[in-house]
Amino acid sequence: MIRTDKHLIACFVFAAAATATGLLVENAYYLQVMIFIGINTLLALSLNMLMGYAGQISLGHAAFYGIGAYTTAILSTTYNISPWLALPAAVFTAMAIAYFVGRPTLRLTGYYLAMGTLGFGIIVNIIFREWRSVTGGASGFVGIPPLEIGSFAFDTDRRYFFLVWGVVLFFFIICRRIIDSRVGRALRAIHDGEHAAAAVGVDTAKMKLKIFVLSAAMASLAGFLYAHQIFFISPGTFSFLASIRIVTMVVIGGMASIWGSLLGASLLTLLPEWLHAFADYEMMIYGLVLMLVMIFLPQGLTRGILDIYENSRKKNDK
Amino acid sequence: MTSNAHLLAIDSISKAFGGVQAIDTVSFALSPESITGLIGPNGAGKTTLFNLVTGIFPPDSGDIRFRGESISGKAVHELVGMGLGRTFQNVELFSSMSVLENVLVGLHTRTSCGIIGSVFRTPRLVKEERRARERALELLDFVGLADLAHQRSSDLPFGWQRLLELARALASKPDLLLLDEPAAGLNMGETDTLGELIESIRKHGITVLLVEHDMALTMKTCDRIVVLDRGKKIAEGPPRTIQSDEAVMAAYLGKPK
Ligand SMILES: Nc1ncnc2c1ncn2[C@@H]1O[C@H](COP(=O)(O)OP(=O)(O)O)[C@@H](O)[C@H]1O
Ligand SMILES: [Mg+2]
Repeated sequence: MIRTDKHLIACFVFAAAATATGLLVENAYYLQVMIFIGINTLLALSLNMLMGYAGQISLGHAAFYGIGAYTTAILSTTYNISPWLALPAAVFTAMAIAYFVGRPTLRLTGYYLAMGTLGFGIIVNIIFREWRSVTGGASGFVGIPPLEIGSFAFDTDRRYFFLVWGVVLFFFIICRRIIDSRVGRALRAIHDGEHAAAAVGVDTAKMKLKIFVLSAAMASLAGFLYAHQIFFISPGTFSFLASIRIVTMVVIGGMASIWGSLLGASLLTLLPEWLHAFADYEMMIYGLVLMLVMIFLPQGLTRGILDIYENSRKKNDK
Repeated sequence: MTSNAHLLAIDSISKAFGGVQAIDTVSFALSPESITGLIGPNGAGKTTLFNLVTGIFPPDSGDIRFRGESISGKAVHELVGMGLGRTFQNVELFSSMSVLENVLVGLHTRTSCGIIGSVFRTPRLVKEERRARERALELLDFVGLADLAHQRSSDLPFGWQRLLELARALASKPDLLLLDEPAAGLNMGETDTLGELIESIRKHGITVLLVEHDMALTMKTCDRIVVLDRGKKIAEGPPRTIQSDEAVMAAYLGKPK
């Protein structure tokens, strides 16, 4: 609880900084980049809840991101339904699918979820690409409407900036609350030792499934925000590469770290913007980063570095 | 004797791993609030028996009844909810979590807060969390670790990690506590403290099944002793009888029978 209070203060400071940025920055390009950082932060946070805290890897998270984006695109554009009604439909769809993918795979210990979501992500991407009559196929889906509340439209970059970062901040707070609760402790216990967690009474399969469904819901919300920001979506944004990008954000930023999600998302949004050559080698760089981390710090960057530090301290004590 | 008078009744269970008959038609029962020692040379099948009783894997044959009810088909966490607690031979703490948090996870089955509850923090759940923390601190105090509540559990010296694991197991409010070599790696002072803790746990109405190589501790604390050798029960009785049992001596000293 003490930690939560500290976190709340940090969130206030962060909110103040974000508000100032949102009000002061005039450059549309910078605002857009920051909007994408916000959306990616939400994505990274969604995966971090699953991977960083509960230790379960999803290699198909971009599929949930895409399900959020395509559901709202189809409902609000093709069927003229209000995006605010499309939102619960998008989130619910993602949660229902996560439930059916997660239920069989999460009963088992090990990397079954990673394998299951890998295949699932690829299938979903093929559907986005091939179901042309509904999704617009490889050339994408155009004409997604902006978000409006009454006569107030989130149609400027500044307004959208506040919307996105408001949502991100909201999730910073609720994720911290979850982590600091009985549920969060059970998740971290599963990460540290699944058998021991079961042996003290945690229904590990159920807990993992719950967090996976929550994680999918958050990713689909990010997809919703993405679709109504750029009004145009195409399958490439939700490909296997995108899933790997989300994993890399979590690994670089720091597993089991809410602020780490912000760091990882910022880095991986900015690097391709700054270094145009980066785009050509993106997959290779992610592969390399992930490989190095898996080999040298299998528990992830944050935990791995802490372990190295602690081991060296223990050795020095002896 | 009806099995209902017993908290735990093990009825001719067997378990093989490939060619190894780890448990071979073993039967015995525990009366409520007793301390029973389970001894035998390494590889006798003691840990396997714990894993069978706690539902980690099912026996190949035979039945295990806890409070008269068969445990077959019950998941590990369900059995914890029913009142079965354990510690591990190789201490298995949640290493990234604090000492207090480890015990709080132990309270999982005694608390109810879910995801929605954790977000909204209703007064009932805030109270539940506060109570849980108080209870966890009480348990840490019981094993003498209250001052270290906010340390990372993996930073504790080994002996204290064992005590923490004991506190964590007690948190689920077990009726039956299975301790797998709790004194291994403890020094003499710590072993004495452990002996007192086990006595005191029994006074709280908890039945104990204790696997232990430290004979002084076993003989002193246990009411009854069950001896396993190569998966078979070779003796059962009060400590005095066991100490002078020939089969037991043979099993331990490797003499031909
Ligand atoms: N999970 C397992 N898989 C295969 N063999 C096992 C397993 N658990 C125990 N065994 C074998 O069963 C026998 C009994 O082991 P165990 O129950 O650990 O003995 P103890 O705890 O009395 O030292 C040993 O031969 C051991 O190698
Ligand atoms: Mg053993």
